[in-house]
Amino acid sequence: MAVYQHDVVVVGAGLAGMRAALAAQKSGADVAMVTKVHPVRSHSNAAQGGINAALTSRGDTWDDHAYATVKGSDYLGDQDAIEIMCQEAGSALIEMEHMGVIFSRDDDGRLGTRRFGGQEVARTFFVADITGQAMLHVLHEQILGNRCRVYEEWYVTSLVVEDGECRGVVALELMTGQLHLIKAKAVILCTGGTGRVFEPSTNGLVVTADGQALAYRIGVPLMDMEMVQYHPTTLRGSGVLITEAARGEGAYLLNSEGDRFMEKYAPNMMELASRDVVSRAEQTEINEGRAVDSCVFLDLRHLGKELIETKLSYINEVAMDFANVNLAEEPIPIRPGNHYEMGGIKTDVDGRCSVPGLYAAGECACVSVHGSNRLGANSLLDTIVFGRRAGESAAKYAKEASDKPVPESAIAADRDMIKAFLDREPSDDTPAKLRLAMGQIMNEHVAVFRNEEGMQTALNAIIELKERYTRLPVKDKGQVFNTNLLFALELGCMLDSAEAICYSALARKESRGAHFRTDMPDRDDENWLKHTLVYQTSEGPRIDYSPVTITQWEPQVRSY
Amino acid sequence: MKFAFYPGCVSRGGCPELYPATLKVCDRLGIELEELTGAACTGSGVLQEKDEFLGDTLNARTFAMAEKMGLPVMTICSTCQGVMSQANKRLIGDPDYLARVNEILSEEGLEYKGGTTVKHLLWILVEDIGVDSLKAQFTRSLDDLRVAPFYGCYIIRPSWALEFDEHPGRANSLESLIEAVGATLVDTEGKTRCCGFPILTINENNSAAMVGKHTTEAQDLGANAMVTPCPLCHLNLDGFQPRAASQMGVSIHMPILHLPQLIGLALGFSSVEMGMDRHIVSTRQVQDAIAEAQPATA
Amino acid sequence: MQVTLAVKRFDPESGTNEQYDQEYTLEVEEYFTVLDALLAVRDYEDPTLALRCSCRASICGSCAMRVNGHAKLVCKTKLINVIDEQGRVRVEPLGNMPVVKDLIVDMKPFWDKVRAVEPWLQPEGPEPEDEYIAPNDAMIHLTGVMGCIMCGACVSDCTVLEVDPNFLGPAALAKAYRFVGDPRDDADESRLKSLSAYGGIWDCTRCMECVQACPKGVAPMDRIMALRDKAISIGLDNTIGARHTDVFTDSVKHSGRLNEFWLIPRTLGMFNPLSLPYLLRAVPVAWRALRHRRLPPILHKPIPGVQNVRRIFERVENRK
Repeated sequence: MAVYQHDVVVVGAGLAGMRAALAAQKSGADVAMVTKVHPVRSHSNAAQGGINAALTSRGDTWDDHAYATVKGSDYLGDQDAIEIMCQEAGSALIEMEHMGVIFSRDDDGRLGTRRFGGQEVARTFFVADITGQAMLHVLHEQILGNRCRVYEEWYVTSLVVEDGECRGVVALELMTGQLHLIKAKAVILCTGGTGRVFEPSTNGLVVTADGQALAYRIGVPLMDMEMVQYHPTTLRGSGVLITEAARGEGAYLLNSEGDRFMEKYAPNMMELASRDVVSRAEQTEINEGRAVDSCVFLDLRHLGKELIETKLSYINEVAMDFANVNLAEEPIPIRPGNHYEMGGIKTDVDGRCSVPGLYAAGECACVSVHGSNRLGANSLLDTIVFGRRAGESAAKYAKEASDKPVPESAIAADRDMIKAFLDREPSDDTPAKLRLAMGQIMNEHVAVFRNEEGMQTALNAIIELKERYTRLPVKDKGQVFNTNLLFALELGCMLDSAEAICYSALARKESRGAHFRTDMPDRDDENWLKHTLVYQTSEGPRIDYSPVTITQWEPQVRSY
Repeated sequence: MKFAFYPGCVSRGGCPELYPATLKVCDRLGIELEELTGAACTGSGVLQEKDEFLGDTLNARTFAMAEKMGLPVMTICSTCQGVMSQANKRLIGDPDYLARVNEILSEEGLEYKGGTTVKHLLWILVEDIGVDSLKAQFTRSLDDLRVAPFYGCYIIRPSWALEFDEHPGRANSLESLIEAVGATLVDTEGKTRCCGFPILTINENNSAAMVGKHTTEAQDLGANAMVTPCPLCHLNLDGFQPRAASQMGVSIHMPILHLPQLIGLALGFSSVEMGMDRHIVSTRQVQDAIAEAQPATA
Repeated sequence: MQVTLAVKRFDPESGTNEQYDQEYTLEVEEYFTVLDALLAVRDYEDPTLALRCSCRASICGSCAMRVNGHAKLVCKTKLINVIDEQGRVRVEPLGNMPVVKDLIVDMKPFWDKVRAVEPWLQPEGPEPEDEYIAPNDAMIHLTGVMGCIMCGACVSDCTVLEVDPNFLGPAALAKAYRFVGDPRDDADESRLKSLSAYGGIWDCTRCMECVQACPKGVAPMDRIMALRDKAISIGLDNTIGARHTDVFTDSVKHSGRLNEFWLIPRTLGMFNPLSLPYLLRAVPVAWRALRHRRLPPILHKPIPGVQNVRRIFERVENRK
């Protein structure tokens, strides 16, 4: 075991994590990132379509962007946080461009835009359909250039808490199997979403709700966890994502009868209504039999080969490789699939959590800017705006904080836990088996359309899986790169998050945004214009609520 | 079958045995050749570095000349084949590009319409003649030969320019022929790697290391000869072999045969007729393996 | 259908340095990729099998490994395209990098080389208030090379790296091109100068393994060629490599064919005292060739109709 010390430790090195680290370093802090995969393997690279920003130099206004976001959130988003995000979007975008992101340009050489869901104005800036990858790699270039320290392929097993403060992390070095203690004055969690809690999901296999569980386990509340976004256009089977940018460039959604069915559900915005509206529309068409193999169709043929090959080159490749479809010649079968977690670790607008010294940013956090439904292209924005803010505020906190003691026994609990896994009686259960069972039941009952009975069934299943988890053995006894052990640890995080999601979903007795209950289909602002909070306690999860901050926009009927 | 023959630059220069061996073998197999005497160098990938359009124009000229003759082109060099295949794909794939090239060719009264195919003798043997027909014409079985193939980069990559999807046999054409002549195939990891010829002047040590690596691999696996369809590979694997051996500090004795030489031996030609006495690395063990009496003058 | 994965494994805790073979036979769907099969093995049969993977959609770059001896992204490699008649496919870790465990390699040498090309934008002068102005053509062009997901397939199969670990390699060089080709980057000269030294752009042997291996169509070799072009165009032409291209082109211009005899001495630099050691080393090679009657003719005859070739050169040069 080794002990390390830094001012600020960032857990996760995706867009939010690297942005936070750069910001903290610039503020003078000694920063280190701890990441279970190499930074460029982070799932930020899968974001395709673009990043929203209102550039005032072009006459766009942040208010308009903010209103679209508030409406998109179905009025659950905290409007002060949304205002901040939209006000800072322009400068955040230009900052990324100055770092070198190769955003698409118009004929004058200025940044070009495309339309995206939920917005009347085109304010989504993009790099073909690999915007996430392009931004992630550029941030990594900056990390290399600024020589930021990265503990690569280290998995954080728990947060260290002393005297009610977060004072570091315990991490498993995958290469050696050793546990280490990394002391820090501030820890920023940037670990991404909860994708693999569901099966299928657009998310990569590394997205296992680690940060949510880490915070949950030290008593930090998770907010609005029931708000799980199902993206309208994902491939059947694998769940791989087909970007919203396709619809932004003009693609149509068709049912098995060849009709543009969005006319019935969102006559104004059509295919570019907010994602929850589109997903519900598709699911309705599917449930009512106007689908083929449980899929409707995305039709890009009229966009032409050239546009597809330049602006949508990645999905062109994906469609051919994973669905055997030539987008210029045939429509591609798609359906709603798990994609994003609007909820997460509750933070303020500077990333602070309820435990001093702990911060969070990116998808794992809930500020809340996305409320009950996120607009496309707002996630990339969220990561860099709040990543920077969290980095700066954590650095400031670290500067003012004094060195506090952390006993080396802090790693004892994790050491025992790992030993227990390795020593356990063999059984038929494997992490993969339990994960698949969890994923399938969550996808069945906590997806686009929910009801009391279904969500309770899911919760009961999760509770049973958690019990089986306490007896889960790890067959691989090796030290070096024990992925079997890693999956067992990740599964624990996913089960905790699944529990939080189910509890929150059962608690909210209304429909709002992505949380649509067939037994309570209406939005109930009078009783439910509030965030759900779930706390882990020794007696089981406890639900509480917190108010939504309203500045400018009173809740209205939401139609597209 | 008749082809517009493109011999390339090296087959009469640095590898002078290749040209006559080719003519003898083609004559025996009934492959009629009409030489493209006025065709320029393909550019070998080197000229393309300087100016791809220039290279494509020179190659389009060759294709136009063959098109005028109404014949497909036959090459005997992996590099010529690869460069021409890539050029042809670019020319046929973009009508505007082809038009710009033809503008320059028009001054000579030439126009490339996009109808020329270019095939290496290796592919002609396997696809147009076929292994069974070849076997019927072979008079000598080379069953004491243990031959390792060495393709040469340009005839094996990139697979889409060389139409491997349409002609899957191309990917292991050399192996098919080695078995067809009755020799034992010595399969190596290095058969599709690089001989090092392009960096011969730029980084001699690396070039020699590549030669050493691939020839010793074949040697360690028991091969008594290697065969290659590329005279540039031959120049390096044969001509640079002594240097590679001294750099590695090991003894390497690996005769390198040109493709027509291997076929020629199976057709009954003598090693002298095939020009095998002109190699840097003696082909004595090949002659011994095929039980050939030594000529009076060594 | 039934497939057999013949996996090259390595147990770092075994006490030996040897890899070993292990086969897994399993039933799969026709549409399965190699990754699907590997995960089926790992998740349900042998949890000790170690590999890196994440996105399953060819964007994260984690799952590059050698399939039947050639590097590929296994998440987009369909089994039906790579199995032989017995349904077997070989799976091994990437080449040219140390093996950590099973299919996991140590990518530190890869990342060190990427870092060595200073892969961050280096604009000069004060930052503009808004965005840098840049033509869309340039951004679209760069999107091709920015499509590199750093998977390591090109580096795995690079034939120069196989014999010389000092070569920067196709990924790092393609990354360098991303900046030289970016109109906002002002460090072209210093970049190209260091890239023209040993281990850089001139050490590529043009074997196209990287072009074949790249799952994203980045074509690293083409980027290296573009860098060579750029280096020559800004006057960095006093390298053996640059001279080689010049001499070759000259030869074709004047005689329609390669003048092999003079290629070597002129490339090495005949009147340059620094090239004397190289020239001297060429002498035994030339002597051997002469003895075996294969020295290319010193007096070189042009091809018939060579004036047509020369005219083409002039036309093309004038168009520029």
